[in-house]
Order: sequence, then structure tokens, then C-alpha cells
Amino acid sequence: MAEHEHGDHGHHEMPFWQKYVFSTDHKVIGIQYAVTALVFLFLGFCLMMMMRWQLAYPGQPMPWIGGLFGEINMPEGIMVPEFYNQLGAMHGTIMVFMGVVPLAVGGFGNYVLPLQIGAPDMAFPKLNMASYWVFVLGGIIMLASFFVPEGAAQSGWTSYPPLANIAPTGQTWWLWGMVALITSSLLGSVNFIVTTVQMRAEGLSFFRLPFFVWAQFVTAFLLLLAFPPLEAAGVMQLMDRIAGTSFFMPSGLVVTGQPLEVSGGGSPLLWQHLFWFLAHPEVYVLILPAMGIVGEIVANNTRRPLWGYRTLVYSIVFLGFMSFIVWAHHMFMTGMGTTISTFFQATTMIISIPSVIILTAFALSLHGGSIRFTVPMLFCLAFIPMFAIGGLTGLPLGLTASDLHLHDTYYVIGHFHYVVAPGTIFALFAGIYYWFPKATGRMMNDALGKLHFWSSLIFMNGVFMPMLFVGMAGVSRRLYDQTQYAYGAQVQGLTAMSSWSAWLLGLAQIFFIVNFIMSIRKGKNVESDNPWQATTLEWATPTPPPHGNFSVTPRVYRGPYEYSVPGASSDFTPQHASENGQVAQPESAPAPTPADDD
Amino acid sequence: MQEKVYGYWLPIDISTHGAVVDWLINWLHVFMIALFLGWGVFFVYCLVRYRRRANPDASYDPVKGKVAKYVEYGVIVVEAVLLVGLSMPLWADFKHAFPNESEALVVRVVPEQFAWNIHYSGKDGKFGRTAPEYVSAENLLGLDPDDPAGNDDFNSINNLHIVKDRPVIAHISSKDVIHSFKIPVMRLTQDAIPGQDIRIWFEATRAGTFDIACAQLCGLGHYRMRGQLTVESEEAFQAWFDEQSGAADEEDDFSF
Repeated sequence: MAEHEHGDHGHHEMPFWQKYVFSTDHKVIGIQYAVTALVFLFLGFCLMMMMRWQLAYPGQPMPWIGGLFGEINMPEGIMVPEFYNQLGAMHGTIMVFMGVVPLAVGGFGNYVLPLQIGAPDMAFPKLNMASYWVFVLGGIIMLASFFVPEGAAQSGWTSYPPLANIAPTGQTWWLWGMVALITSSLLGSVNFIVTTVQMRAEGLSFFRLPFFVWAQFVTAFLLLLAFPPLEAAGVMQLMDRIAGTSFFMPSGLVVTGQPLEVSGGGSPLLWQHLFWFLAHPEVYVLILPAMGIVGEIVANNTRRPLWGYRTLVYSIVFLGFMSFIVWAHHMFMTGMGTTISTFFQATTMIISIPSVIILTAFALSLHGGSIRFTVPMLFCLAFIPMFAIGGLTGLPLGLTASDLHLHDTYYVIGHFHYVVAPGTIFALFAGIYYWFPKATGRMMNDALGKLHFWSSLIFMNGVFMPMLFVGMAGVSRRLYDQTQYAYGAQVQGLTAMSSWSAWLLGLAQIFFIVNFIMSIRKGKNVESDNPWQATTLEWATPTPPPHGNFSVTPRVYRGPYEYSVPGASSDFTPQHASENGQVAQPESAPAPTPADDD
Repeated sequence: MQEKVYGYWLPIDISTHGAVVDWLINWLHVFMIALFLGWGVFFVYCLVRYRRRANPDASYDPVKGKVAKYVEYGVIVVEAVLLVGLSMPLWADFKHAFPNESEALVVRVVPEQFAWNIHYSGKDGKFGRTAPEYVSAENLLGLDPDDPAGNDDFNSINNLHIVKDRPVIAHISSKDVIHSFKIPVMRLTQDAIPGQDIRIWFEATRAGTFDIACAQLCGLGHYRMRGQLTVESEEAFQAWFDEQSGAADEEDDFSF
């Protein structure tokens, strides 16, 4: 491990719980977020692997573990529909709100962003700590809800009323959990915005920010602006359930033969508008940080500047803005008229344009590069075509005419999983392999990483490609047993194939888990603070970065991706290297005045 | 020989509007695959040509060339044409060009957990008034017993009978939670939302029996909320309709 002399910075030795548990250090919080989110991701995946048994072999007892879930959920090892719906709702909730977002934003954002902008910490370290612990609270509430009478929420991760309003107690817990998770995200987003605006190193103008920082910055605005409507909606549904209000309940409902005693007059569609007003930007909350990671790693491993840096920045800003005005394409089949549907179809087509530009820019960056196929690069390279499939399959869903057939089918499931699973999650894996050496001082194992990559790539496609065909055949989503329908029985073989791929994908993650845990203690030590020979500021810190991050306050002289600069002494010129190529050392003379913005 | 109704791609289409839907879906996929492959060739070429061993020194200058830009413009044009030329007109047709109520078969679709109630007006052609307070195990629709228009109304549970080549106007609502009325062979999906009465129309061009599905999670029985669409000739339909309507009328006479 590279050792650095760094001054005391005035920090006295902190007790264990303050240093590692209730820490205000952005790096500790980032790692806490990342590890917690990885655990939740695995848990959410386990729920899905259980559902896939029922989907592949409807009504058959689950082998080996079928008896572990109690007589209520799985009598004689056979999953009941109520339990299936719980697993489905909680899979979505855990993956989105407790897995991918906390890892992408809470984990990578917290750990990397302050380092990349040359800041000693986040702007509000205590707020940052609060954000993590409120997230943990939300996670605990969600998990605990499995143990309340009649189990966890079972109305889908979208929780549409009236179904969610009349669902058992687990739904109330879900809403409390969501309130906590949303609060956590809001605290985090404010922090990211202020940190990015206020705490950039000298010379680090906005157009010298690494693409990853831009992606996090736009993401923070999406969280800040999109989450409050859902928080409001969540509280409204909570009031409907516990205080007898009727925001989402129309009059005259008759449930299982009994008129429902509610005051009525509410609108179920109101919930959908509020929900999707968050949940569509949320898609970009999932994808933008992933794009940010891909940008960093592609530039680093092609050894040349990212193609069209400014175009990329404008594209993600435009994506962020547009993501607020496409939400109703989730609601085309609610009885929407021509005018409104035309508006939302048009915005949906328009939002595809910056996505195409971003993918094109990544692909053009490869042209003329000198490509190193490192493990992080492999994941990023796979991200590009996988995200392309996810994006392209959005087209038939974005036009009402084709959506008439495909709406709420497995085609939708295939589409958004291509975006999020082999898309975003691959980028997140790439980020872990890439920044692991900075956080631990050790490299992850290359052979295990490659095994993890290739097996994941094959099985991811094995899971999601069949879904596109199952959906095309007409099979609705969220069915406990698709063989009830003639067309479902017809494509049951494809569904079984998805299941087998999912289980093999689960096994493939063992390569990662073993690699991750082993490498913390036994991984190869990094040979320098900058093992990937990268240009951005996080590599200018000691490894791992101490509290306060930089031994010498960095100054920035250039843009983020100055690779293979003609006439330079090496194929990378760090942002903090001064005009004559010198990197400021601790206790060195003051660096020359930074150049003006390029 | 029976033509295969369902397979690994789109099921057969028995609707009048479905040809446009299918055309759009099929050509969109051709477009998507062409884009993906064209772009994929470039991608793979770059990975091979610019691997470290083949190209040890990366170039600093951005690659020039207009192909990417033209492809981008091409995508925009195709999307605009599909939107304005196909999707909008079809949607306008579907939403506004309703057939005349006098020529069409008018039904009310009132799903509940977990069945499809199909309310027919009976021989008088008038739907009886319904209200939640009248709902019972014998009166799933909640028909008002004091409304004479409802005497010959009948409820065909999980079985929608329609006539080949005659348009159908369906009023979709719901008794309890949100369901979604989906007929894959009819290229049709419409959410059934309590508190709303949404009117749709469609027309079948082929006789037979087909699946009706629920497409929106509606509770533990969502997966088995299967209905049947029966498309039949005018005569067969009329015979069934008269029989059902007469039976309803008689039942009513007995009870009063």
C-alpha cells in the first residue's frame, strides 16, 4: 500500500464507533452506502430467484428451501399467490430504492464526487451521515414488513390504489419505509448540489468537471425535484389508510361483495400521476450515474479524450430536463385522449435523442483509442450495447399504437431490465472494480473479475431476451402462473429459460462476492496512488485517502480527459499537473497560477 | 387445419385496427435491429482495430466524420414519421371515430376481483340503472330492481359474446380496484378504473373463441382473471342473446 506522509490536519484519533459507524467522513459513508446497497441488491435478487421457481414450475413445491418460509407463505413448499405478490412488490422496491439508487448515488456519489472535485469532504457532513442512517431506517422498516400479519406490501412497487389502499398492514409499513427512503435521498441530493457548486478545487470550472460529477450533479437535481411529489403522495396514501381520508378512493366501491366504507370522491389516477412524476425521472436517477461511471472508465481505458465532452454534458442536462415531462407514457392505457397522448409520445420520442447521442459518443470514443480490456472496461463495453437494447425496446412502448398490444406485458419487463440490470448494474460493477483500489489500496482479482463478467453477460441476456418474446406473445406482467392463458402456455418454455438463467446468474455472482471479500484482505497491493494511470483528481490522493482527503490542496489546470496529449511525456496528463507537467508534492513550493478556463 | 393462434411473436390479429399496430411493431423491430447491427459492426470493428496490441498509441484528436450525425438525423426523422404518420392517426381513430351506437353492439364491462362481468342491455336495448347498494351475490352488477329497463339485462360472467364484423362499443369501469381489459388477438388494452366510465370500440373480423386477460395487478387472483371472447355469427349471437335476455326477464317476473 502506498504510504504517504500527511499532516495531522488537526484530527485527533476518533473512537471506533465515530470513525466507522456514525462517521461524517464522506468516504466512510460512501462505503457504508455501497456495502448496504450491495446486500440489499443481493436480497432483492434472491426474492426474484424464488419467484422464478413459481414462474418456471407453477404450483410445484420448491426444492430444498421450500419448507423454510412457513405454512402461510409456502404450504408444503408451494408458493401462494399472496406471497408471490409480496416478493414481486418488494423485489422492485428493494432493487430501485434500496439497491441501485443508494449504490449509484449514495455509494459512488459520496465516495468519488468530493475526491473528483478536490474537496476535503461533502459540504454538510452531518447531513450526509443523517442521510445514510435514515436510509438504513427505511431499509429496516421495509424488511421488517415481511413479518407483520399477512406479510409485506403486495400491490407492486407502483402501489396503485385502490388495491394498495385496501391491502393488508404491510402496505402501511411500505409507505413509512418509503417516507424514510425519500427523506434520505432528499438530504443527500441537497448535499451533492451544494458540494458541487461550492467546493470545487481552484481552477476546476464547470466544464472541467469529470463527466461523472456532471452526471451526479444532474441526478441530484432530479432527486430534489422529483421525490417531493412522491413523498406527498406517500403521505396521502398513508392518510387514506390510517386516517380515513380518501385522496385516491372514488365513491361507490364494492369490494368482495361489500360496499366499502370510505368517504370517497378521490381519484386513483391522481396517485399514478404523482407516482410517475417521480418514477420516470427515477429511471434517469438510475441511469445517469451509470453513464457517468462509463464515461470515466471508457476515457481511461481508451487512453484518449472522451468524444464530445460538451455534447455529453448538454445531453445529460437535456435528459434530466426532459425526464420531467414524459411521465404519462406509463399511463397511455388509462383512457388518455389524443392531444395529451400526442404530447407525451412526442416528448418520449424526443428524450430518446440525447440517449442516442450519449451512446454514439461512447462508441466514437473507442475509435482511435488504444483499448485496454481491463475488468472495469469490459463491464463498460457491455453496458453500451445492453443499454442500447434497453433504449431501442423503449420505442414500441413509447408510441401508443404499438403500446396498445405491448402495454403491461413482459415486453415492458424485458425493456426496463435491459436498461437497469445489464445496463446500470454492469456500470456499477465496473465502478466497483475501478475504484476498489482507491478505497482499499488493493486490486481485485483479474481472473475472477473476468469470470464474473462473462458469466453475468451471458446469463443476463438469458434472463431478459426471452421476456421480449413472451411479452410479444401477449403475456401480462405480474402473473403468478402464465399457463392459465393459452398464449402463456405456448411460451412457457421461454419463461423457464429465463428462470434457469436467473439461477445461473445468481451462481455467477459468487465470483464477485468471493473476489470482493478476499481482495479486501488479500488483494494485490497497488503499486502507486494511480494504478489505472488516470487523470482525474481522486487519483491524486493518498491511498486509501485519509480523513480530509488531499495531502496538498489540489489545483486544476485542464479538462478531465487529457490522455495521449501530443508531445506530453506520458499518455496521461493529470488535471492537477501544472503547465510544465509537475504534480504538486506535499511541502512543495506554491504551484503557478492556474490557467484560465479552456 | 387449424391456424395457430398464439406463438413466439404477435398472436393472430382478428381486429379491424390491428393491421396498423402490427405493421408498426414489425417495422419498428426491423428499424431497431438494423440500427443495432449497423452500430454493432462499428463497435466490434473499433474493439478489434483499436485494441492496445494493434494500436499502442491512442490519437488525441476527436474522430471526424458525418456518418454519426446523419444516423442521428435519420433516427429523428423515422421517429417523427412513425409518430405523426402512424401512431397519432391510429390513436385518434381509436379514441374518436366511434361507430354509431345504433349499429354497434354496446356492452358494459365491469370487472371485479377476479372476474369479468359483462353487462348486456337485453332485448330492450336499455341498460338498467346500477348502484353499489344493490350489489349482492345474485346481483353482481348492482341492478336497481325498481328500474324496468334493467329487467331483461343480463350479466355474462367471464364471457364476452360479440358478433363478427359488427363494431362493439364497450364501457369499461370497475367495481373495486384497477384492472386492465386486454385481448391480445384484438390488439387491445384498456385500464378499467373505478369511478370512471371509459368508452372504447373495436371490431372482430373472425369467428372463434379467444382469451381475455387482466393486464393490471389486481390482487392475489390477478393471474387467473381470465375471460373468454366468443366471436360468432349474427344468428348464433342473436339466439344466445335472446335466450339470456329472456331468462333474465323471467327470473325477474318470478321474484316480483
